[in-house]
Amino acid sequence: MTTLLSVNGLTKAYPGVVANDSVDFEVREGEVHALLGENGAGKSTLVKMIYGLVRPDSGSMTLSGEVFTPHEPREARAAGVAMVFQHFSLFDALSVAENIALGMENAPHRKELSQQIRDVSNAYKLPLDPKRIIGDLSVGERQRVEIIRCLLQNPKLLIMDEPTSVLTPQEVEVLFETLEKLSGEGTSILYISHKLEEIRRLCDHATILRMGKVVGNCTPAEKTARTLAEMMVGSSLQTPAKKNLHLGAPILEVKDLSVVSKNPFGTTLKDINLTVRAGEIMGIGGVAGNGQDELILALSGETRTSRQTIRVSDVDLGDLGPNDRRQMGLLTAPEERLGHAAAPDMSLTENAFLTGDIRQKLSRNGFLKWGATRGFAMAVVENFDVRTPGVKNSAKSLSGGNLQKFVVGREIMQNPIVLVVNQPTWGVDAAAAAAIRQSLMDLAEGGAAVVVVSQDLDELLEISDRFAVLNEGRLSPPSEASELSVDQIGLMMGGMEADHVPA
Amino acid sequence: MFQLEARPQSSAFWSALTPVLAVIATMIAGGILFAILGKDPVESVRLIFVDPLLTPYNRSQLLVKAAPLILIAIGLSIGFKAGIWNIGAEGQFIMGAVAGGAVGLAVYPVDSAWVLPAMAVAGAFGGFLWAMIPALLRIKFNANEILVSLMLVYVATNFLGGMVTGPLRNPDGRGFPESRSFQDLPGTSNSEIFAGTGIHAGVLVMFAAVIVAYIMFNRHRLGFQIKLTGQSPRAARFAGVNPSVMIAVCLGISGALAGLAGLFEVTGPAGKLTTNFPVGYGFTAIIVAFLGRLNPIGILLAGIVMAITYIGGETAQFRLGVPAAAISVFQGMLLFFLLAVDLLSNYRIRWVGKERA
Amino acid sequence: MDFSSLNPIALIVSLMVAATPLVLAAIGELVVEKSGVLNLGVEGMMICGAVFGFMVSVESGNPWLGLGAAFVGGAAIALIFGILTQYLLSNQVATGLALTLFGLGFSALLGHSYTGIKPPSFPKLDIQFLADIPYVGGVLFQHDYMVYVSLLLVFAVWYFLKFTRGGLVLRAVGESHDAAHALGYKVVRIRMLAIMFGGACAGLGGAYISLIRVPQWTEGMTAGAGWIALALVVFASWKPWRVVFGAYLFGGFTIMQLNLQAVGITIPVAYLSMTPYVITIIVLVIISADRKRASANAPASLGRVFHASH
Repeated sequence: MTTLLSVNGLTKAYPGVVANDSVDFEVREGEVHALLGENGAGKSTLVKMIYGLVRPDSGSMTLSGEVFTPHEPREARAAGVAMVFQHFSLFDALSVAENIALGMENAPHRKELSQQIRDVSNAYKLPLDPKRIIGDLSVGERQRVEIIRCLLQNPKLLIMDEPTSVLTPQEVEVLFETLEKLSGEGTSILYISHKLEEIRRLCDHATILRMGKVVGNCTPAEKTARTLAEMMVGSSLQTPAKKNLHLGAPILEVKDLSVVSKNPFGTTLKDINLTVRAGEIMGIGGVAGNGQDELILALSGETRTSRQTIRVSDVDLGDLGPNDRRQMGLLTAPEERLGHAAAPDMSLTENAFLTGDIRQKLSRNGFLKWGATRGFAMAVVENFDVRTPGVKNSAKSLSGGNLQKFVVGREIMQNPIVLVVNQPTWGVDAAAAAAIRQSLMDLAEGGAAVVVVSQDLDELLEISDRFAVLNEGRLSPPSEASELSVDQIGLMMGGMEADHVPA
Repeated sequence: MFQLEARPQSSAFWSALTPVLAVIATMIAGGILFAILGKDPVESVRLIFVDPLLTPYNRSQLLVKAAPLILIAIGLSIGFKAGIWNIGAEGQFIMGAVAGGAVGLAVYPVDSAWVLPAMAVAGAFGGFLWAMIPALLRIKFNANEILVSLMLVYVATNFLGGMVTGPLRNPDGRGFPESRSFQDLPGTSNSEIFAGTGIHAGVLVMFAAVIVAYIMFNRHRLGFQIKLTGQSPRAARFAGVNPSVMIAVCLGISGALAGLAGLFEVTGPAGKLTTNFPVGYGFTAIIVAFLGRLNPIGILLAGIVMAITYIGGETAQFRLGVPAAAISVFQGMLLFFLLAVDLLSNYRIRWVGKERA
Repeated sequence: MDFSSLNPIALIVSLMVAATPLVLAAIGELVVEKSGVLNLGVEGMMICGAVFGFMVSVESGNPWLGLGAAFVGGAAIALIFGILTQYLLSNQVATGLALTLFGLGFSALLGHSYTGIKPPSFPKLDIQFLADIPYVGGVLFQHDYMVYVSLLLVFAVWYFLKFTRGGLVLRAVGESHDAAHALGYKVVRIRMLAIMFGGACAGLGGAYISLIRVPQWTEGMTAGAGWIALALVVFASWKPWRVVFGAYLFGGFTIMQLNLQAVGITIPVAYLSMTPYVITIIVLVIISADRKRASANAPASLGRVFHASH
């Protein structure tokens, strides 16, 4: 096989961090090449340079033997490089055809484009109606739009950035079939992911990045997932210690919770029923956009419902606001670290006050006790190993992992009776993620009821005692986590009931 | 190539320096403007910016001129910090003057020490009610408070016209569209407290407002919630802030303070209600609020700077024949320069050099 | 009350004349907002256009030159706003207000020596046989040229936004500047062009008032028309033809209240003069109350600061 893309000594530095340090690798024609590495390893920056969004500080690239220096995405596209981003560049209020036209160089006339879209989507079994508005599509369907937009340009190299993080297992299968068909036709695929099993299944070759440098390359099928993980992380992995299960009385009871979403593009919750006992961790899985945000808002008190829908320690509090619920011991940690769980421009001290006021008694008659608040913030930083020069620093100055440790730690240190967390380790480096998972398990062991909502199935299966799936606003009846297989879960995510799924 | 890079932390140093830079830039640009108009730039700038500071009488006049600006701007800053844009302070100022003035005129010729305080309360209440219109419309119907409060300025201006040609017209006044003079009776007159200075009750209330606002922003939960709402509305809701309450509180306070300022102004320096009573303090206060970086102490200083431009501008008009409109140009330029240099507190400028291929 | 003095044809004609500056300013601001920028400085740009147009018109004797000057001048004033908000990343609300305050003062300064002068008159469309058509002729065919220009402009904007690639890109930038940037579109450049277009249109609208509708120069003569234009864009749910509808509706109220005064209805002038503004508030409330429709039509990145971070 001939080499399609050759990257030599590519380097890019930003103030304070070297994103890519002298990276070398090659992608051959028709090959599915994995780019493996942790969050922050430099994968995104590398592909942005290949796609022309970022200019390298030094180094060179060749595409099909010719010098390749794209100054902007348009040039990369013209040379035959197409990219499907992790965070889609789609416009919610515009139609599929309009979105695709925007991503193309010389978009054909509306009618002809719609026909082309239909042809390609059928050829690759990714059915799509050109007239539909993006805001109405599911996440999997939106990814299809991105992929078809690329395919219509007949790319030589298709770059995919973490494509399966938003798909159900069945949708992942469809994607893999599409990619295999493409590579069979001679298109090269550069596949960025940290999902080791998928890479072992799909990819011919892998380049592993750590802290901006290439630390190895291999044929993934020849290695175990554990070996690959250790190459990525650079040290032996710690899996969280499984705890002793002592379940107490039901602490959190959610009955017939139905909430219409405030967001016009959101999901309405329908008849959610849930019971979590003291000492138990309830995992709630599901692809983003199936009601997770709405559920968390209903539990935190930001969305109020009728009194009896939510009950904590035998007290009905469905119509109470966030601070009243904090008083009762129900704490939550939302998904969005910056902007929701914490105010980006405020210091860690101020952010500690944000939720800690009530339970830590950080104010008197409305006047803030800054000394006590600072003390609380420092305690969180110390107990949860938050790397920061000090509590005066703003939340946005922390790295993702450290901020997440702070946000989760802040709630845990308030001794909740019930803790609900949404995506606790999203975008967090492996060491911080493991620490957060361990602290959640310790909290449950101490007698709290914990609800973890996450898209990361591996994580959920690791720490949950029981497990349910959110699909289109409905919650499946919970099952014992140890009894489910990934397949069953995938089907539940697609809407089937757990007991109807063939084991 | 210059590139802007977000600072991890807002720079306190630059936040304090930028208003100073803006003032200096305005002085330079103003000088150029005057040169184009054919006046001596150095003398003009000196007349406008320096002379007002030179005599004690001038200095106390500065406080008198600045008082309504600062009082209104404190109220505005509470809203602006929360992302609630009350642009109709001019209307609330007018309605405060009308409401309070009406109370005083209704009890005429009763002359007691309680009249002026009662008028002040009525004035604050009038401004408060006028600001609650955009507040309620925003809470219930999500109507943009910028446009509603602004439209209400025109309504208030017309209402004032209707009042001084109708119910509030001075019956002994030969038919001019104006009310009785509030200086007629000591009870309704907001007269000077310290002889020879012109400093009236409104100035003292202004200082009190600055102090209360300072304490609130730095030490009180409400101040924290206001800042939080403006920076991160989602985090504010997470922290239990009720957005409707916040809208009502912020607009209500700023309306009340603007109305109060209106009342002190009409019973003090202006003297009576006329159709020319509104001179744009409600809009100038917006500049004062931004120039003071939405911080009470900053607003105090910014109000004084703005008062300097007013008094200096009047002198320049008188002595150099510069038209009154020049003052608005100055004030607009001041805000432009402030906005332009403001980015230095949140971003660093880096020279990146030629990008290699 | 004597209604016989009201002439319906004359009323409709004066309604269209009253509405034209609003149509011009609002259609420009609509394009700006569609690109995701909220420019509150419309009043400032209009009054500057009014004075530039007036000055050039009087000095040159040619009203068309005056309109041209207003067009260019409005764009130049808008450039200040554009540089501050797009390159220096300033807060859009504050900058727009500063533009209005500055514009009002600057125009008063410039126009100081021009008060009381009569500008050269502006030609009207004069096709006699069309104008003689009973009823319709007077309404449709006897206007000054700018009324037709304003309607053509609305058509051009509608066509641009709906059918051209440029319009699609502009809409995309307004929906999500991050996504547009990721796709390689020059967000800042597109917004600058939109902002300058908005300024040019506002300038034209202002010049219409000083050169054609009144025609005279007085300090602050736009009297809030710029703010009403802003309200009109919301009223129109960012759809071009609805801007015309809204402007004519508003023009109708303005004219009606003037005529009610003429007819002898004894409500004091002050209260009648309030009605256009009160109506604007009511309309704003009705439009905003339909939250789902309102949010679906508003460009999603309206008013948010765009900072490209590589």
